[in-house]
Amino acid sequence: MTAIKSQLSHPYHYPDEFGHFGPYGGRFVAETLMAPIDELTTAYAQCITDPAFIAEFDDELRNYVGRPSPLYYAKRWSERLGGAKIYLKREDLNHTGAHKINNTVGQALLARRMGKKRVIAETGAGQHGVATATVAARYGMECVVYMGEEDIHRQAMNVFRMKLLGATVVPVTAGSKTLKDALNEAMRDWVTNVDSTFYIIGTVAGPHPYPAMVRDFQAIIGREARDQVLAQEGRLPDALVACVGGGSNAIGLFYPFIEDTSVQLYGVEAAGLGIATGQHAATLCAGKSGVLHGNRTYLIEDQDGQIIPTHSISAGLDYPGVGPEHAWLKDTGRANYVAISDDEALAAFHDLTRTEGIIPALESSHALAYATKLAPTMRKNQLLVVNLSGRGDKDIHTVAEREGITL
Amino acid sequence: MSRINTRFTELGKTGRKALIPYVTAGDPDPQLTVPLLHALVEAGANILEIGVPFSDPMAEGPVIQRAMERALAQKVTLSQVLTMVRTFRQKDMTTPIVLMGYLNPIEVMGYPEFATAASQAGVDGVLIVDMPPEEATALLSETHKYQLDMIFLVSPTTTDHRIQRIAAACGGFVYYVSLKGITGAANLDTELVQRRVRHIKSMVSLPVGVGFGIADAASAQAVSQVADAVVVGSALVKQIEANQHDAVAMTQAVTRLIKGMRTAMDTPMAASRVAGV
Ligand SMILES: Cc1ncc(COP(=O)(O)O)c(C=O)c1O
Repeated sequence: MTAIKSQLSHPYHYPDEFGHFGPYGGRFVAETLMAPIDELTTAYAQCITDPAFIAEFDDELRNYVGRPSPLYYAKRWSERLGGAKIYLKREDLNHTGAHKINNTVGQALLARRMGKKRVIAETGAGQHGVATATVAARYGMECVVYMGEEDIHRQAMNVFRMKLLGATVVPVTAGSKTLKDALNEAMRDWVTNVDSTFYIIGTVAGPHPYPAMVRDFQAIIGREARDQVLAQEGRLPDALVACVGGGSNAIGLFYPFIEDTSVQLYGVEAAGLGIATGQHAATLCAGKSGVLHGNRTYLIEDQDGQIIPTHSISAGLDYPGVGPEHAWLKDTGRANYVAISDDEALAAFHDLTRTEGIIPALESSHALAYATKLAPTMRKNQLLVVNLSGRGDKDIHTVAEREGITL
Repeated sequence: MSRINTRFTELGKTGRKALIPYVTAGDPDPQLTVPLLHALVEAGANILEIGVPFSDPMAEGPVIQRAMERALAQKVTLSQVLTMVRTFRQKDMTTPIVLMGYLNPIEVMGYPEFATAASQAGVDGVLIVDMPPEEATALLSETHKYQLDMIFLVSPTTTDHRIQRIAAACGGFVYYVSLKGITGAANLDTELVQRRVRHIKSMVSLPVGVGFGIADAASAQAVSQVADAVVVGSALVKQIEANQHDAVAMTQAVTRLIKGMRTAMDTPMAASRVAGV
């Protein structure tokens, strides 16, 4: 964890003290939340430089989450694609099956330090909800998870997992009944229970300090990957690929490589049924700037500034916003953002499962699908790292249903 | 002097407090909004607060969320809200109008475009729930050009340091959010509110209005003992919702509520209750 410190004092100095990444980010919240956000900012700044906190976080990541996660050379898959050597960063092997737990462990430890006994979260696919319910059980905290009614139907298994872990799952019936509405409802809970409650946001969105804080907790992914690729190959990779919903697994992988300008960064969004159909969640590829959920960023919105419902086969990418740092990395050209359709992601899902014996999450399958396009354009001695952000067990019902199979 | 300042000065001369009803523009029907605004003034409103519908109203309780959904179902846009204000101004040139909403529709319209259009339509104040003064510099420089008052919120969690900073950016009046929570919450402690408002008034020279959770004549009366203005939102929108299919009944219901509050606010409180304050 000492690396977090050195990352924070790096010359890449975003965000500024007000949480701005260029024009993006910031704190666009109701006045009642300004005091708790200030309190959080101060507490976070103290923890991140406190060796005891860092040691505790490190220890939890090693012994509870199961880190470091392997950087796995997907030899058969690389050879089939006939281009770059592809490495998979195996976040699917973490406890609870995705990268989300890195962040919930960090925030729950912070909540405990701040004396908060109740944590709340929003969830789409249920992965962040499960990761929050898990750490709440681990640290003995009350846990309430807000989830869109639509998503509760799509992700019944994760709802049950959260309940087993002792969390209360509150269905959200407002608006489009999906992730964005769950986030609204969690904000309403927070503003009502500011004294007792810590809001564990699941991605690099929300008001400052969340985008920076969640990035810092997820940056363990990129720090490990950087060390591992140097150990295994003796050089930096040529490109990194990660899916982007809110963007936490992607920034977690990218951030420790940001100043290695030889490393190309690719964030992969959900093109759903195709960007031209309007049924997608490709915020950076097809959206424009606006303000939602506490920060300025790219949004999927209409010409009057109303947020438009999104579509993706993967609930975890089905979000009309994106972390403000990604908006800035796009505008500055440091990272490239591309989009992959439902069908392309499904094809990659099957492809990896059959070739490598790894069932990927549908979210991660978007990154894999882009790798199948990118790798063949690269030379055989080039290195490509794909973030396998989660495992696909949660998605087998969705895949079966798409293929007309009843389980 | 802005219409808002003028109104507070006039009221101050007779020792009366401002009653500020909130309605969401276009709820339940865009055709009904302007007549409803006139009816509110008729019933005793001194300033009008008009909600601009937004798809993700994070600070709103269920009542105003549903009002925004009704308005959005009829595709009410920020431009149309400004048209409603312009229409209202054809018959009423004196009642101040405050727009209340979320930042994104204004971002998308553009700050200079919004400030020009709002001032031309006859808007006097703008209150953006999700924009604290720290993020408001660019918009303030536009609204200043047109003498639009930017109204900011102060909440139970706001520190004294921030109260001063907010007051410095604020025009028209300071809006005290009377409770930790969302609009329409039912847990208002009027004594606590009175203490906080006295404290805020000791620090700022602008009038102080109080909103969130004022549901009836009694709470309006209690709060108006110390505040300069009382905002009533969800309680009013509830009446609109209950009568959404009958415009006549709706006008009667909102008139009854506002008149009741007006009367209570203009009646001195019983000595025993004031003593408890
Ligand atoms: C496995 C997995 N990958 C990716 C995501 C997308 O989130 P983010 O873009 O924040 O990494 C999710 C969200 O639920 C997820 O479960």
